[in-house]
Amino acid sequence: MNALKTLTNGLVKENPTLRLVLGTCPTLAVTTSAINGIGMGLAATAVLLGSNVVISLTRKLIPDKVRIPAFITIIAGFVTIVQFLLKAYLPSLDKALGIFIPLIVVNCIILARAEMFASKNNVFLSALDGIGMGLGFTLALIIIGSIRELIGNGTIFGAKVTADLFDPAIIAILPPGGFLVFGTVIGLLNKFTTMKVKATGCQACGMNCGTSSCGAAGKEVAS
Amino acid sequence: MKEMIIIIMSAILVENFVLSKFLGICPFLGVSKKLSPALGMSGAVVFVMTIASAVTWLVNQFLLVPYGLEYLQTIAFILVIAALVQFVETVLKKFVPPLYKALGIYLPLITTNCAVLGVALLNIQKEYNFLQSVVYGFGAGAGFTLALVLFAGVRERMEKCDIPECLKGVPISLIAAALVSVAFFGFQGLFAN
Repeated sequence: MNALKTLTNGLVKENPTLRLVLGTCPTLAVTTSAINGIGMGLAATAVLLGSNVVISLTRKLIPDKVRIPAFITIIAGFVTIVQFLLKAYLPSLDKALGIFIPLIVVNCIILARAEMFASKNNVFLSALDGIGMGLGFTLALIIIGSIRELIGNGTIFGAKVTADLFDPAIIAILPPGGFLVFGTVIGLLNKFTTMKVKATGCQACGMNCGTSSCGAAGKEVAS
Repeated sequence: MKEMIIIIMSAILVENFVLSKFLGICPFLGVSKKLSPALGMSGAVVFVMTIASAVTWLVNQFLLVPYGLEYLQTIAFILVIAALVQFVETVLKKFVPPLYKALGIYLPLITTNCAVLGVALLNIQKEYNFLQSVVYGFGAGAGFTLALVLFAGVRERMEKCDIPECLKGVPISLIAAALVSVAFFGFQGLFAN
């Protein structure tokens, strides 16, 4: 029962992208089409699963003081593996995602789960959490990717949907459209679901990219 | 010289790191609520990005390439950046206290800012030489500063606006960012290269 809860937690209740607003860079950058969204989502899921398992296994070995550098190294290892697998087997996807594959290393979601979940729970639950969070991220990317592709190109997963009805508004697949669609999707979710965006943002990850409120966490890393 | 100016200007305006490359969105949304922290953060980012461009280029050229270790780029760069940030912090604290006071609290937060790792990787991808890398790093940081400062201004104004309940916070910030991004989109094609 607990296992099921852990697995589904990341999908809806604490969806990392749409509820916690983590990992915004890849969310905005790669969602120009639904298929890219899936690719990025699954790549991140693989890294998340691997890093969660290893971090959970080594959680008693890693001293508290150096845990963040240790986590980053573990994550970077898995990212490199995924990077090479993509290069070898899915070169077109690798090209489409570009530097956002190596940038999975600094994706807040992964470090946040390492810090908040994997370093405190057993391997089985951590693996489930990794899969759940990863799939939640993938789901969000598919939703945003589909909307952008539909408006900007008239297709979903490359299949024609509205291409003949109206001229596609290319702006949706350009950078401004990314911000607009992402903002609107979160806004609509706020409006039509009872769950509010927690907007913990970077706060949720043990250290990160610069919310003033997580200055304390940053300090801790520095010491 | 002309080439350097083009690299800087296109990193600031045409390929703005935040608004058209989507790098460093977290601090862009996180510290843009007020102008003064936005300035502190961007100062720290310009500083670290310039130095990180130089150091990662040297590491890549003189350590990774000669020994055929390019596949370790991701790991090497993130560790170099993390160590570098720590080092810069210590040096500033010791030798330039006023600068440390201004940038200090933002420095540790930069390690996992994807713009810094991004600029290191882009330098390699674009096959820039040492000087070009440093200039590009500086330009990208300056572009980040421009976007952050402009957006902080927008958000300060937004505080006084009557925003629908469901859009408060993150959603309206993203929508406002879309508008700022549209403005920057006007620079597209400024340099034909």
